[in-house]
Amino acid sequence: MEIKQTLEGTTLTMKIIGRLDASNAQELTNALNASLDGVKELIFDLADLKYVASAGLRALLIAQKRMNKQGSMKLCHVDETVMEVLEMTGFADLMTIEN
Amino acid sequence: MEKLTIDATVENLSAVTEFITSSLEEKDCSIKIIMQMELVIEELYVNVASYAYRPTVGTVTIYKSFEDSPRAVIITFIDGGVAYNPLEHKDPDINAGIDERGIGGLGIFLVKKNVDDISYERKDEQNILTIKKFF
Repeated sequence: MEIKQTLEGTTLTMKIIGRLDASNAQELTNALNASLDGVKELIFDLADLKYVASAGLRALLIAQKRMNKQGSMKLCHVDETVMEVLEMTGFADLMTIEN
Repeated sequence: MEKLTIDATVENLSAVTEFITSSLEEKDCSIKIIMQMELVIEELYVNVASYAYRPTVGTVTIYKSFEDSPRAVIITFIDGGVAYNPLEHKDPDINAGIDERGIGGLGIFLVKKNVDDISYERKDEQNILTIKKFF
């Protein structure tokens, strides 16, 4: 997995590339913890995220709970396979998704 | 029936998923089924790697076999760790709001959603979990 971050004002875009699984989900949580101070809008660009497992969902849920307190969060360009997992778990209803 | 015995650590995750997906690729399984099985294997394996032998490390043995007409893959995970039947885990409420959503139970829930059959047995101080998926 690779994470590319772009901060414009108080909007942080995180592009996640590759696979978000149990071996690397903590890296995402660490990156979020290091970057979210002062962020009002968090955008995940998931166009190149091809696989997500429950460990990755947990990282997204932690991010969503934090952003609910300080602003907003959305998922963009969600790949079909990842979308299926989000729908299966009800995450698609919990989060704002823009494709 | 082929088997893989490996130290149950998260670092070995890709070796375990490849053990299964390589066979499915050889059998011209659809990408969709392969991705679903990858998810199933990860969730089951990571459970064992995270909890079975904590705080030490033990081994897990994974068996794979295949059936024809209808085509199916059967995978069994066996570990000698603490007794744990994941099927007793209550499903998460997938309609709960954000504040009520916990972070547990999602993995085994995803497993159940993506296999056709799942069974658990505790025998000779081992956890034996078997799944079956048609493809």
